[in-house]
Amino acid sequence: MDLALLENILFATVRTGTPLLLVALGAMISERSGVLNLGQEGMILVGAACAFIAAYSADSLMLGVVIGALAGALVSLIFAFVALTLISNQVATGLALTIFGTGLSAFLGAEYVGQSIEGMTRVELPLLHKIPLIGPALFGQDLMVYLGLTLFALVFWTMRSTRLGLIIRAVGENPQVAHALGYKVLLVRYAAVLFGGAMAGLAGAYLSLSYTPMWAEGISAGRGWIALALVVFASWRTERILMGAWLFGFASILHLLLQGFGYDVPSNLLAMLPYAVTIVVLVFMMSRKGAKGLFAPRSLGQPYHPPQ
Amino acid sequence: MSQENPTRLELIGITKAYPGCVANDAVSLKVAAGEIHALLGENGAGKSTLMKMIYGVVKPDAGQVLWNNKEIAIEGPAQARALGMGMVFQHFSLFDTLTVTENIALYLSPAEYGSVSALRQRIVEVGEEYGLAINPDREVHTLSVGEQQRVEIIRCLLQDIQLLILDEPTAVLTPAEVAQLIDMLKQLARKGCSILFISHKLHEVNALCDRATILRGGKVTGSCIPSETSAGELAKLMLGDELVLDHDLPPGNAGATRLTLCDIEVRPTSQFAIHLHNINLELKAGEILGLAGVAGNGQDELVDLINGELKPDRGTLTLDDVALADCSIVARRRRGLGTVPADRVGRGSVASMSLTENQLLTGYVNHGVRHSLVNWAAVRQRAADIIGDYGVKATGPASMAGSLSGGNLQKFIIGREIEQQPKVLICFHPTWGVDVGAANHIHKELVALRDRGTAVLVISEDLDELYLLGDRLGALCGGRLSPVRPKAEVPLEQLGEWMAGAFGNAQEEVAHAH
Repeated sequence: MDLALLENILFATVRTGTPLLLVALGAMISERSGVLNLGQEGMILVGAACAFIAAYSADSLMLGVVIGALAGALVSLIFAFVALTLISNQVATGLALTIFGTGLSAFLGAEYVGQSIEGMTRVELPLLHKIPLIGPALFGQDLMVYLGLTLFALVFWTMRSTRLGLIIRAVGENPQVAHALGYKVLLVRYAAVLFGGAMAGLAGAYLSLSYTPMWAEGISAGRGWIALALVVFASWRTERILMGAWLFGFASILHLLLQGFGYDVPSNLLAMLPYAVTIVVLVFMMSRKGAKGLFAPRSLGQPYHPPQ
Repeated sequence: MSQENPTRLELIGITKAYPGCVANDAVSLKVAAGEIHALLGENGAGKSTLMKMIYGVVKPDAGQVLWNNKEIAIEGPAQARALGMGMVFQHFSLFDTLTVTENIALYLSPAEYGSVSALRQRIVEVGEEYGLAINPDREVHTLSVGEQQRVEIIRCLLQDIQLLILDEPTAVLTPAEVAQLIDMLKQLARKGCSILFISHKLHEVNALCDRATILRGGKVTGSCIPSETSAGELAKLMLGDELVLDHDLPPGNAGATRLTLCDIEVRPTSQFAIHLHNINLELKAGEILGLAGVAGNGQDELVDLINGELKPDRGTLTLDDVALADCSIVARRRRGLGTVPADRVGRGSVASMSLTENQLLTGYVNHGVRHSLVNWAAVRQRAADIIGDYGVKATGPASMAGSLSGGNLQKFIIGREIEQQPKVLICFHPTWGVDVGAANHIHKELVALRDRGTAVLVISEDLDELYLLGDRLGALCGGRLSPVRPKAEVPLEQLGEWMAGAFGNAQEEVAHAH
């Protein structure tokens, strides 16, 4: 295997991992605040459709990205209202949101199927992209990949070193206590869910504007579910989410790679790989009982009733 | 002293109603600066609700709050803290997975603590000043209950505090920790901080408080100076006229051995578990055996062992000459072994199920189920009977278990187990958090059960209770069992020594003699 091939594999891994990274970061923040939003897939799809429509109509990729994020946030607002204000079951609401988002995106994008736009171009950072092996993968990508890495750094810093991060963790750990200490639990959770929605919308925009610059129904291809698994896989730790996103990204391109080498492996089997990896990792993690830091936020998925 | 000092807090006509009950009905009270004020009352008297209203967690329906003689409306805990109030909750308001410093940082505003490293330093300093040593970097779930309470108190002391509210602070502490807490509170009061102390342990109120306000059924029924009032009078104010503290229960007549633990060893299953060594115990029909011990000395493991949740690594358990080794929990129950766990919600009951359903959870073994079909009318009737007979304050059998106060739920659980007429009843903390009147009732029922031939094991940290109920007494320390002797042969000093582990290897000698 020569250097160029390895560089290509790493490049494709980071590219494929980026939408997973974006969605998983958002889902992680939402879950850290105690809200399990299974509607990721729906939010990605609506974000992707709206981003494509906006970019196509206004001929502006940047506008598309902004609209994609806003659309994702708007859809997540429905979830937040139903699950947080009306205190519905979060699992059921999230599943409904995925079904709703799938249908809505198909409806909105119906006229745009088959249209194409000029996708995002690579922006090579001077000098850095010439670093052997990792240069092209990290510094020769398009703006969305850089945005993903920037947001990763921002989330990492917020969760690790800021009071805001501490408050989000506290609300997810024990909302009753957080309320008793005077924190606005619902406000924090609304914000976390909206952030998650915007991140899923961004991932959708990345898919329909850069990864495959077009709109097709179901363009997300289960990435919302992979991202949800990724959050568990990363045990709600930001740094592990980055590693996991790249690992899952690599697993996703593995079938293309093996076909390129002429191995006759059924592509369906390999396309299944990320999910299989998730299950294997979960089994591995859960069998190491008592290991530190593997635990979900205490109140994850539990409805919170504010006291009267 | 309260007379000369200015008034710190005054409540006038505070009222709060919930659907189906009035928690506080026109409650008024006054606390002076530097005064330690007790709020006494039985379970469900409305003490906790009142405290939560002062602290802004719950909003009153009517009434005035005066703070340093100015009327205020407390919008939330943040405002209460800004005014100089601090509260230590009955169920600690700490985040288990965060460190001590992080927990305290969340409690304060960034302006109050500056940097995290400065906060760490202050936690250590305040801890030393008041004798509340704590490691600021430990995660809260690794701390003992007493240490967790220290965290709660320290974080109140870090601000400029004028009123400290403590909701049943001693319920979870060992006697030594209680003494330490009382010293600390007195030191704090001397500095001018007012203290509102909720309790139903009369001797603590006597030892600590300058004044007491007594609540019953949401209303103030009296106010007194505890040092000039006898415990009996205080109890009367709390419970009304019907109460007579019953300190004269008849002794039991021990019969045949019902439950035998022989040479039991249980190795710890987690890092927090206690290793049970060489436990030899015979529990006889018609006796109450009282086991003392400071929490965390193997009581949980012993109860789990007898109940069948833990398997012994060595030794045998027999119930009426039948070995229990291969008996499941249900099989043990069917053989007449009843258990009242310490943990009311979670082990003793399911919070989101009705009392009727909770009754069925263990009661099904001998009542209400035939051919796998539930006779709901009978089950409901049994639940209603328990509610009536044991004075459980609930709207009816359809009430959710989680909606009951801790003491009321305990009455229900005890009633449920006693009504099954078990051959052996294991009672872990039978009256923890239960008011005096209900405790008396529970004690009488346990004695009545004993006199009907049941072997009763009472595990408690309340020595008064053990001396009141127990026919024979012993203690657990570090997973080992002290000798078990008739009550008359165990003076308090002896039991105290056993609780501290001063019994050599008496058990081993017994074991070898067999």
